[in-house]
Amino acid sequence: MKPSRIPLLTTIFVLLFFYVPLLLMVVQSFQCRVPGMDARQWTLKWYDQIFHDPRVLEVSLNTLVIGLSAAVLSTILGTLAALAIYRYRSRLQSFHAGLLYVPLVLPEILMGISLLVCFSALGIELGRGTVIAAHVAFCTSYVAIVIMTSLQGFDYTLVEAARDLGATSWQTNGRIVLPLLFPAIAAGALLAFTLSLDDFIVTFFVSGKGCTTLPVYIYSAIKHGRPERMCAISSALLGVTFILVTVSVLCMGNKVVEGKG
Amino acid sequence: MDDFLRFENVVKSFGANRAVDGVSLSIKKGEVFALLGPSGCGKTTLLRVCAGFEMPDAGRVFINGQDITQLPPEKRPVHTVFQQYALFPHLSVYENIAFPLRLRHVPNAEVKKEVEKMLDMTELTDHAGKKTTKLSGGQRQRVAIARALINRPQVLLLDEPLAALDLKLRQRMLAELDWIHDEVGITFLYVTHDQEEALGISDRIAVMHNGKIEQFGTSDGIYENPRSRFVASFVGRMNFFEAVVRQFLDNGNILVQVPDTGVNSDAMFCVPAPTNGAKLAFGHRLAVGEKVLLCIRPEKFHIGATGTETPLSGYHGDVFRNYLTGRLEREIYYGSESRFFVEIGEHEDYSIMATQLIYSRANTSPLKLGESVQLSWHVSDCLLLPMDESQGEVMGAELFTEEGEVGA
Repeated sequence: MKPSRIPLLTTIFVLLFFYVPLLLMVVQSFQCRVPGMDARQWTLKWYDQIFHDPRVLEVSLNTLVIGLSAAVLSTILGTLAALAIYRYRSRLQSFHAGLLYVPLVLPEILMGISLLVCFSALGIELGRGTVIAAHVAFCTSYVAIVIMTSLQGFDYTLVEAARDLGATSWQTNGRIVLPLLFPAIAAGALLAFTLSLDDFIVTFFVSGKGCTTLPVYIYSAIKHGRPERMCAISSALLGVTFILVTVSVLCMGNKVVEGKG
Repeated sequence: MDDFLRFENVVKSFGANRAVDGVSLSIKKGEVFALLGPSGCGKTTLLRVCAGFEMPDAGRVFINGQDITQLPPEKRPVHTVFQQYALFPHLSVYENIAFPLRLRHVPNAEVKKEVEKMLDMTELTDHAGKKTTKLSGGQRQRVAIARALINRPQVLLLDEPLAALDLKLRQRMLAELDWIHDEVGITFLYVTHDQEEALGISDRIAVMHNGKIEQFGTSDGIYENPRSRFVASFVGRMNFFEAVVRQFLDNGNILVQVPDTGVNSDAMFCVPAPTNGAKLAFGHRLAVGEKVLLCIRPEKFHIGATGTETPLSGYHGDVFRNYLTGRLEREIYYGSESRFFVEIGEHEDYSIMATQLIYSRANTSPLKLGESVQLSWHVSDCLLLPMDESQGEVMGAELFTEEGEVGA
């Protein structure tokens, strides 16, 4: 029997559907119009422009600072949440685990509005701090879920063995639990960083005037900037995201917890 | 030092289930003590109470006179060898063994000395740098033992340490454990469901059943003088007969009769009077007409073809000899021994088991299936136990399989 072509065709179709627009954007970012003619030529000038634009650099730096802060904070919180859910299988903790999934499905615009309402009710001035807090709020769930997945294969007798051999609970966490969870924690941190880097909707609501991130800048610039320029910024962001996601996947794939016993 | 490790009335429940139900136990310094019982009997829970992983609902645990009941696991002078070894997968063999020393910030040079000594004792020197995931089952087992011994705990707890190994390796590791014990002289508390392991390694054994200690004593004491039907059938194999006390002899022995045995229904069997533990188990003096359980281990039988004359139990010269005649139903050949299943009378379920060592090829059995055979045994090789209605009325051979269920 001839092998069916359907899986291959489906794969090709899905890939085209997803990657053609991205590819078009990247291609455009390397092209410009030949003056006086209806033709296009290859160029790096858009990249040259954006890398020398102080506004773009300032916004990028801001995005980076927010991303790193959000990643670090949400990784700490997410790891603690996952460990609490794993360790204490109480009714409270299964409720906790259920609540963690809510930010994944909640429309982002709701989260943005609710955070904005919250900040203004508390009289907190919008700025970099509120953006970081908002990013931590939704990144924590993702980090916790990544680590919980890896904890499912974690052999609890390793913790008992460490305690039995004389380790305090701090020593057990430092010498056994965290090293074994490290790949998952790293993957979670990278994921959080990427999410923070890309986020537009929530950031748009809570960033206020003084604190612009790259996605927000791209959105506002698209009205009056050159489209090719926007393509170049977006492609650069795409490149960074792509590298981070690849590293994150490699981390997770590298056997999160190496077998039991 | 009769009570180096002492459990005092320990109770531990999980929900409605009383896993450990009032256990008191004293273990001597330096001995190998086995907790033996079927799965779910509470032996592992008792071990976990000792290690500090479970807090008992009531009762206390003492080591060397010190009450350790409230101490967290890391403060107890006790280390555990886990059933699945629980080696740290991110550390090498060397670092796994060094782990307890690293916790105490022992200087590197001393760690090296101690770990090398342990590697040497467990013959793991060549594997020091390997990841534990690259080791075979027996090697992992030895890493777990070395890691648990390096701190020189006062008591080593072993939780079914050989259960994950295959038979051959299990026998070798058992011998090695025995050797290691001689070497280090630490008190071992050994939990197992395997009676051969328990008999083989331990000085004394406690048989556990439903959260309680059913009997404890030396290996041969448990095997030769079980105090209850449960112990008799869990440790080794045992044939049971419902019998009735008929007569007390002057020499202290008792004549019993086993009704319902068809051809042998008139036969009397001579049994020594219950001693020590069994006497306690009866709780009273036996009386004529009382129902008892006559127990004989399969290997105590002498099995032979029936001659022209069927001898009856009774004095043959000065010696009383018990005889029983039946039909050979089945022979299972094990190489070193044969197991014979003999049917007595017309009773279908009344199959008893006799084993015979094949110590010489000249000794191979001339018995034929379906033919009449006779079983005989010494008076001192059988014993009486109280009838225990709760244990069912199955008669004949009863043996526990690995999982602790009753098989045929």
